[in-house]
Amino acid sequence: MDRLTKDDVHPKILQKLLEDSDITIEDALENEMILNMGPQHPATHGVLRLLLRLDGETVIGCVPDVGYLHRGYEKMAENMSYYEYIPHTDRLDYISPLANNVAWVLAVEKLAGIEVPVRAQYIRMIVAELARIASHLVAIGSFAMDVGALTVFLWTLREREKIMDIWDILCGARFTNSYTRIGGVANDAQPEALALVKRFIDEIDANLSECESLLNTNRIFIERLDGVGVISKEDALSYGYTGPNLRASGVEFDLRRATPYLQYDKVDFRIPVFTEGDCLARYFVRADEVRESAKIVKQCLQLMQPGEIKANLPKSVLPQKTEIYSKMEELIHDFMIVNFGINPPVGEVYHAIEGSKGELGFYLVSKGEGHPWKCKIRSPSFIHIQSLPHLVKGHMVSDVVAIIGSIDPIMGEADK
Amino acid sequence: MGLEAKLNSDGFLVTQLDAVVAWARKNSVYPMPMGISCCAIEMMASADPKYDIARFGSEVMRFTPRQCDLMIVAGTVTYKMSHVVKKIYDQMPDPKWVIAMGACTSTGGMYRSYSVVQGIDQFLPVDVYVAGCPPRPDNLLNALIQIQNKIGRTRARDFQNLKLPELNVIQNN
Amino acid sequence: MELKELISQKLQANFPEAEFEFSEYRNEFNVKFNKKFVNPICKFLKEDSELEFLLCEDMTAVDWAKRKNRFTVVYHIFSIKHSFRLVLKADVDESDCTIDTVSSVWKTSNWQERECYDMYGIKFNNHPDLRRIYMPEEFEYHPLRKDFPLLGIPGSLPLPKK
Repeated sequence: MDRLTKDDVHPKILQKLLEDSDITIEDALENEMILNMGPQHPATHGVLRLLLRLDGETVIGCVPDVGYLHRGYEKMAENMSYYEYIPHTDRLDYISPLANNVAWVLAVEKLAGIEVPVRAQYIRMIVAELARIASHLVAIGSFAMDVGALTVFLWTLREREKIMDIWDILCGARFTNSYTRIGGVANDAQPEALALVKRFIDEIDANLSECESLLNTNRIFIERLDGVGVISKEDALSYGYTGPNLRASGVEFDLRRATPYLQYDKVDFRIPVFTEGDCLARYFVRADEVRESAKIVKQCLQLMQPGEIKANLPKSVLPQKTEIYSKMEELIHDFMIVNFGINPPVGEVYHAIEGSKGELGFYLVSKGEGHPWKCKIRSPSFIHIQSLPHLVKGHMVSDVVAIIGSIDPIMGEADK
Repeated sequence: MGLEAKLNSDGFLVTQLDAVVAWARKNSVYPMPMGISCCAIEMMASADPKYDIARFGSEVMRFTPRQCDLMIVAGTVTYKMSHVVKKIYDQMPDPKWVIAMGACTSTGGMYRSYSVVQGIDQFLPVDVYVAGCPPRPDNLLNALIQIQNKIGRTRARDFQNLKLPELNVIQNN
Repeated sequence: MELKELISQKLQANFPEAEFEFSEYRNEFNVKFNKKFVNPICKFLKEDSELEFLLCEDMTAVDWAKRKNRFTVVYHIFSIKHSFRLVLKADVDESDCTIDTVSSVWKTSNWQERECYDMYGIKFNNHPDLRRIYMPEEFEYHPLRKDFPLLGIPGSLPLPKK
């Protein structure tokens, strides 16, 4: 190819080049560079934006910018009834929608003082644990994809599809389920669905090991993550870490054990704890938790007895659809609940569950009306993203990707 | 049904150049996954082994807009995000198409609130709207087929007078 | 001694002027106090070796619209040692819409206070980086205030040109 001459270059570009000629190599080495990462970036798990200050390839400063997915959830909650809000909770942490459903109805039930039948509680536990498995599978898969192992992502997504199939049969929707109702669940768990759950739980250990065999003996994977993004126990607590990320830093804290809700005090499970607090530990905690969740589901299937799936409180619990069509009383109650809401007594409660990312809490203030006066969502991802500047400082740009993947933020939940 | 069946014994084929270009173009649509929220997960699922978007020649998801010709806007677009979406759309080379995936992308959906754009067609030309919250992966594949049909009907002259976006590009004149 | 009594005794002994009000609802222990004491009380609750409220779970505000003290700032803090959740509350009036930051006590409060500022317009004294977090910088309103409409103010957020 012929070399470009001066005439080939556009005069404006040439002028620009001549203007810039006073920049020397020494300047470039001494100056810092600002790198804008996101909000459209494959590794930021949605629309997280990071502004990185770089010295060469080392990150010396980081400012996360959130809010690109701020949908006004808390404002919307103030304008709709407690029932209407259930589908909205699906879309908070959209990797594990059913766990959010469970968290929301538990908060409302605490506010309204509703007792839920035991079978419904076990069904809720099963779906919440399946949601945790689904979430951790996606977390592991996308984390591995971020550091360059695409196959793991396809394999974990294959496992996740099985959970989606279970939910499809159980709730009629594969992804955004809205399965729970205040005072129970929408419909009883069908035997076919439970048989699928059992089959999935029996297979998950082997299938997960298959995925792990690609990672745990993979030198690139281990060496890229070992000792990267370390957060100490004290810092993790101070930053408000909960869930797998906190347990990877050596704090044995799990809300299922600390403040038991549903029937978690009846089942036996181990809380996986690692003390390193680095990316690798966070991956190991998630992988272990999948197995523990499977154990919980297995026990729930054994402990579950046939029975009611909705509390017998016609003023605050929606009746079954078939009854609405055939019975007068139920029709009236349905009309009243849908139009005027369940009107819990004046008061304020906070209820948190161990969601798949960490502590997922709802703070509700009621003025005795059909809609909440105030609803605050305590989302773990929001809290975890806050610690990114602390985690990435001193690491390479390519490690930033791994660190984001390891703390597993979901922007739908972080931005609300 | 392949190309071989249409070739006669001398190995040539009489057709319009437009038709060949459109045929090639429609079977290798490179999507730009503008994954914003929940729909992005279903978009990911459409690439997984069960739904396998590769059957339609679109498995090459490129995260840089310069290499794409189809933008799948998957998820709620807020006012803050809308400028980013528009900028990325402007960076894509012509010809380009847009799928508005999901209810909130198409119309604002369940988010009637202060921060959500009530439909991305307020600032983007949308070719296919996909219903659902989020749509199932099959639905997205259907939308992709619709886009392919649309691309199959294009002719070179359709793209002759395209307006360049208002960017700070040094014009060569 | 029960933990609730211990907390109330300790707080009253250490902060006699903080105008404490203790209440309980649905098994949640609420402590309300004068907003001037928020930072020392939080610091005390975190560092006291018998209590150790190391985890600040949540922090938000409630807008009561027409009440005299329009806002209440609410903290949910958790003691892992005792598996106990404590609710701290402090009233803030609109005429003096400020409260001291606790981000020096728990690092997690930094963003939560920014969120609270963004949504309610409550200013946090001595906060290291009090900027809007969700809404764009040039946005003028505070969306979660009760006088802000759900559908927003038309034209307050710009859209790109078609």
